[in-house]
Amino acid sequence: MSVRSLPLLFLNLGGEMLYILDQRLRAQNIPADKARKVMNDIITTMFNKKFLEELFKPQELYSRKALRAIYDRLAHCSIMRLNQASMDKLYDLMTMAFKYQVLLCPRPKDVLLVTFNHLDSIKDFIRDSPAIMNQVDETFRQVIEVYGCLSAGEFHLIRQTLLIFFQDMHIRVSIFLKDKIQNSNGRFVLPISGPVPWGTEVPGLIRMFNDKGEEVKRVEFKHGGQYVRAQSEGSFDLYGDRVLTLGTNIYSVSRPVETHVSGASKNSALNTKESTAPNSLAKEELNFLARLMGGMEINKNSGPEPGFRLNLFTTDEEEEHAALTRPEELSYQVINIQAAQDQQRNEELSRIMGEFEVHDQPQQSTSKGDDLLAMMDEL
Amino acid sequence: MYRREPPVSMRAWPAALYNNLCVLSVPAPRLTQFALVHGPNVQLLSAASDGLPLFQRQLHAKEGAGLSFPLVTQAYWCVLPFRVLLVLTSQRGIQMYESDGSVMVYWHALDSGDAPPAQALFARGIAASGHYICVGTWSGRVLVFDVPAKGPNIVLSEELDEHRVPITDIAAEPAQGQDCVADMVTADDSGLLCVWKSGPEFKLLTRISGFGTPCPSVRLWQGTVAAGYGDGQIRIFEASSGALHVQINAHARGICALDLAPEAGKLLSGAEDSFVHIWKLSRNPDSGCIEVEHCHAECVTDTQVCGARFCDPRGSSFAVTGYDLAEILRYSCV
Repeated sequence: MSVRSLPLLFLNLGGEMLYILDQRLRAQNIPADKARKVMNDIITTMFNKKFLEELFKPQELYSRKALRAIYDRLAHCSIMRLNQASMDKLYDLMTMAFKYQVLLCPRPKDVLLVTFNHLDSIKDFIRDSPAIMNQVDETFRQVIEVYGCLSAGEFHLIRQTLLIFFQDMHIRVSIFLKDKIQNSNGRFVLPISGPVPWGTEVPGLIRMFNDKGEEVKRVEFKHGGQYVRAQSEGSFDLYGDRVLTLGTNIYSVSRPVETHVSGASKNSALNTKESTAPNSLAKEELNFLARLMGGMEINKNSGPEPGFRLNLFTTDEEEEHAALTRPEELSYQVINIQAAQDQQRNEELSRIMGEFEVHDQPQQSTSKGDDLLAMMDEL
Repeated sequence: MYRREPPVSMRAWPAALYNNLCVLSVPAPRLTQFALVHGPNVQLLSAASDGLPLFQRQLHAKEGAGLSFPLVTQAYWCVLPFRVLLVLTSQRGIQMYESDGSVMVYWHALDSGDAPPAQALFARGIAASGHYICVGTWSGRVLVFDVPAKGPNIVLSEELDEHRVPITDIAAEPAQGQDCVADMVTADDSGLLCVWKSGPEFKLLTRISGFGTPCPSVRLWQGTVAAGYGDGQIRIFEASSGALHVQINAHARGICALDLAPEAGKLLSGAEDSFVHIWKLSRNPDSGCIEVEHCHAECVTDTQVCGARFCDPRGSSFAVTGYDLAEILRYSCV
């Protein structure tokens, strides 16, 4: 509903993706220079000016399936490759992590602090590359400019829109189960103790006034939780203590990232209209993808560096097993443009892609429309 | 005081919207009907006291150009003098159905008018006042529909232009006596409350300013306005003067739903802090001022409550919905 949720969704999911990839690159002992190249390439692509211009335009939030295509493209913009099963797992982890962060934000506005935590960490990843750092700082300023003056009501709408996006996802994540922030039924643990949000009073007091506005009676009641006052508000500036830890990096080399893909719950039959067409996207979602990916400058000539495959699982056998046993309703097989049937759609896509021809890219000899379609067929 | 009853299972999870539950009691046979919003559609369920769902139906938001799956914002049963209509508000407009959802009797498309480019368009906030149905919109405008005793000849009779930001909730109460006791209250994203007298021309009686936080849910009872706010507070005002009589630090997160049991003066509040509280409202016989007493606290473990309603006018039972919860929880007095 809110037409301002996409940038926040994209930046936070991107941030989570980078945390997970960083952890896996180290766990798999990928040479440091290759790992750094991958991280730099992904961050450069994520913060590409033209791409962000498209992203920040007011627009509806599209489905999880549509958005996954963007991250698939992003994950493959460098010398790294991921198999379908690993990409599925990566996307599951990213989305469940951000779902948790949005749900647990004390105030709807605090989703900005979560975003800033991600951006602060991204800046740390590329601290040795001033050119990319510049792009990230620019985006940071744009986020502050666009969201800094929104009202509490508008943040409530953004939060509701994001929660609708995450609505039917209940994938269990091992690291969340271990840390006791998720239950075995897939739902998150909501604490009823700790500091109240900044600007909220600790519950437990009833004050009664007369017609003149004078307080005449004061009664306390037992509200059931164990809350305390908030100590301080996080910083919404370019630099500062965010106070909130949601959105900081919870992964480290010693804590492997596993997911249980549980589709066997009795309530897994999804009733949304979306799910009745699992192998296609609405026309407007395809248009959205074309616009956004049109702005993504993927550097095809990645130099003499040989590529490598990253595995999100501990062994190749595990990855294979995961691919075979993924429940049908959690399948991300989304983009399936059959050239014969969707000739008209393909032409439209090519036309749209053509509008985004970037003129200072002489090495792009093929048309972007063909690239997009070719890439989609590979997914 | 209240104990858990068998929950009603659903095939979908409620959306994290305000006031996301409506309850209609059907006296014979003893059934309770529930309506709640799940994204682009509305789930209608009927259940008896054992919780087994007896009837289920899904209604969809009417599609239109540009949006394949427009989202529904609210579903509400409007009880009018001669009929009950089920009203759905969405990103596209307002749909009105017969109470069982079988037939759509009226459709009103939202006018995007002079909306600024970054504005989300939707309708939200539904109430029945006499034979009028009032619906709020993204611009703050409240549309008043005149509903005949039967048939589809529903007419947009008036547009109320007092609010400047999206409407969150509207509540109404039967008019009492001759002395202009208030009929309807509208609330918005800035926390502003407007109290109105209904009629062929609605008249604004009182304006109660907000204080920077939305008022997602509001109720009207015997000349008092009960409002729940995004910072977890409940405030109770005298409707005719706008004077604040009670301020409760009720919840640790934003309130998403309020409901009133008119025969007992009981107030129910549900919030994202996973708590549901029941309060008793009364008037002090000496001062005439409103007083509030806390009656009951219920923790809905690990659930951000998004809807809460009494199931009967005495408040002896209530139902709760929550985000990520595929059941309607029910409680009743012991």
